Amino acid sequence: MPGLEVKLHKLTLKNPVLTASGTFGYGVEFDDFIDVNALGGIIVKATTSLHREGNPYPRMAETPMGMLNAVGLQNKGVDYFVENIYPKLLKYNNCVIANVSDSTVEGYVEVAEKMNRLDHIQAIELNISCPNVKEGGMAFGTSCPSASAVTRAVREVYDKTLIVKLSPNVTSIVDIALAVEEAGADAVSLINTLLGMAINAETRRPVLSTVTGGLSGPAIKPVALRMVWQVAKAVKIPVIGIGGISSATDAIEFLLAGASAVQVGTANFTDPQTTVKIIAGIEDYLRRHKIAEVKELTGGLLL
Amino acid sequence: MKKYILDLKVLSNRALNQNHHLLELGSDEPLPVMVPGQFAEVRVDGSPSTYLRRPFSIHRVDRGANTMHLLIKSVGDGTRHLAELKKNDSLNIMLPLGNGFTLTRNSEVLLVGGGCGVAPLYFLAEQLFRQGNKVSMLIGGRSAGDILLAGEYRAFGNVYLATEDGSLGEKGMVTAHSVLKKEVSSFKKIYCCGPDGMMRAVAHIAAANKIECEVSLENTMACGIGACLCCVVETNQGNQCVCTEGPVFDPLRLKNWSTAVETGCSLDQ
Repeated sequence: MPGLEVKLHKLTLKNPVLTASGTFGYGVEFDDFIDVNALGGIIVKATTSLHREGNPYPRMAETPMGMLNAVGLQNKGVDYFVENIYPKLLKYNNCVIANVSDSTVEGYVEVAEKMNRLDHIQAIELNISCPNVKEGGMAFGTSCPSASAVTRAVREVYDKTLIVKLSPNVTSIVDIALAVEEAGADAVSLINTLLGMAINAETRRPVLSTVTGGLSGPAIKPVALRMVWQVAKAVKIPVIGIGGISSATDAIEFLLAGASAVQVGTANFTDPQTTVKIIAGIEDYLRRHKIAEVKELTGGLLL
Repeated sequence: MKKYILDLKVLSNRALNQNHHLLELGSDEPLPVMVPGQFAEVRVDGSPSTYLRRPFSIHRVDRGANTMHLLIKSVGDGTRHLAELKKNDSLNIMLPLGNGFTLTRNSEVLLVGGGCGVAPLYFLAEQLFRQGNKVSMLIGGRSAGDILLAGEYRAFGNVYLATEDGSLGEKGMVTAHSVLKKEVSSFKKIYCCGPDGMMRAVAHIAAANKIECEVSLENTMACGIGACLCCVVETNQGNQCVCTEGPVFDPLRLKNWSTAVETGCSLDQ
């Protein structure tokens, strides 16, 4: 049987398949459909320092091979998370990762500090790339000094594995990746959603309440693959690939481009069993190609 | 209730009018337990422009025959594709999703449906009838051709009709029907599904007459299981997902729903 284990800094994942934050709730929503513990890990819905109502409805527009969303980080805040959601995550024995966002550096630091005290949260993913909030979110992830500053500030208070999730809505994602690596990130994950827009021609109005939103799904896969390839060549820390992954073949393409692990996002909506099917498909691929360990695929692109 | 992903077989596809089809689905395995008001997320195969599943109310369940029905309104590529399904085609479906209506016993109830809003009301009327309720139905549409399945609802009680052009039943908006005027106080509960304006108007009539009410909301959904937080509605407790907290709500819980609707509503939307 081929080896599926991968390492991400200090973390050992039983396989390289994770779930993308905001597409998998807190895991429990999927318990009826899959054994969540079979996954390499889960990255739960973003947590901010304070309760957030998110954006008004409509928050979603379907697009060719994908969707736009404008949820806007709806969540009940870090204290509610610690008291009410964290206990429900204790039943998962795989890697549980929290996604951390906010509108100020102080907010990021507060959430990170509180997450640092939770034994069962083995890593955090710093979300400096959400396009759907007026302040913070993507604003931090689109310039090197601000991406570096928030990463550095969180690094000072967070001892475990620190992943930084990058925005594709930049001129050079490689520069941002290098900046957060230098500021102390242990890994980078990319890409978050691409800023997009939908218009209803009949009503002459935007479809989303926020006018613009984040594009995800298979439509963004080629852009994501290109960015993962560029970043993986430039940084020394592990890269986690995200963007339209819906099948084992998609996942393997990201590994070959240089990713050490992948996150499955929007595909969870169309088929809640996508993640476990991808794990089985990767195993099958390794067998067919007589590859002993999945980590041998990382960066294995032939040029 | 445990949720399932199943491949069901299309047993029949009956056109009710140009835009509405009734799909009968079956399985070799016993269908999961479902309650009126719950919904299903259907995968649309073979339609390149349709990426996400489509939510539909569970229209009817026949335990004895192990079959269920979905009422499909063609509004876009995905639903048009589903409307073209043929006998023996396979349909991948996630169900049962959301919370159902609260069922009363031995009471007097009114069910109000507008257009394809009648979809969840057949299953509901049948269950309410079985639980000893005196059931009345009020169904509205733009024209006679838009009144769906009125004949089938007669099995459970009185059926009142309203069309905007007066081609069937009372002329005018469903919300202006005489059954919602003087007689309305005889009902202990009103269940409603239809266009937003219609449900708001019915909710207001119910509140004004101190009658319990439940409405079934429609919303644009992605996941259907509370993971994406796209299908929210503003409630007195903040934004809540229609898919997991609903789709059935007491309108008194919904923000700004108990205020008067001045213009009634048009089904032309």
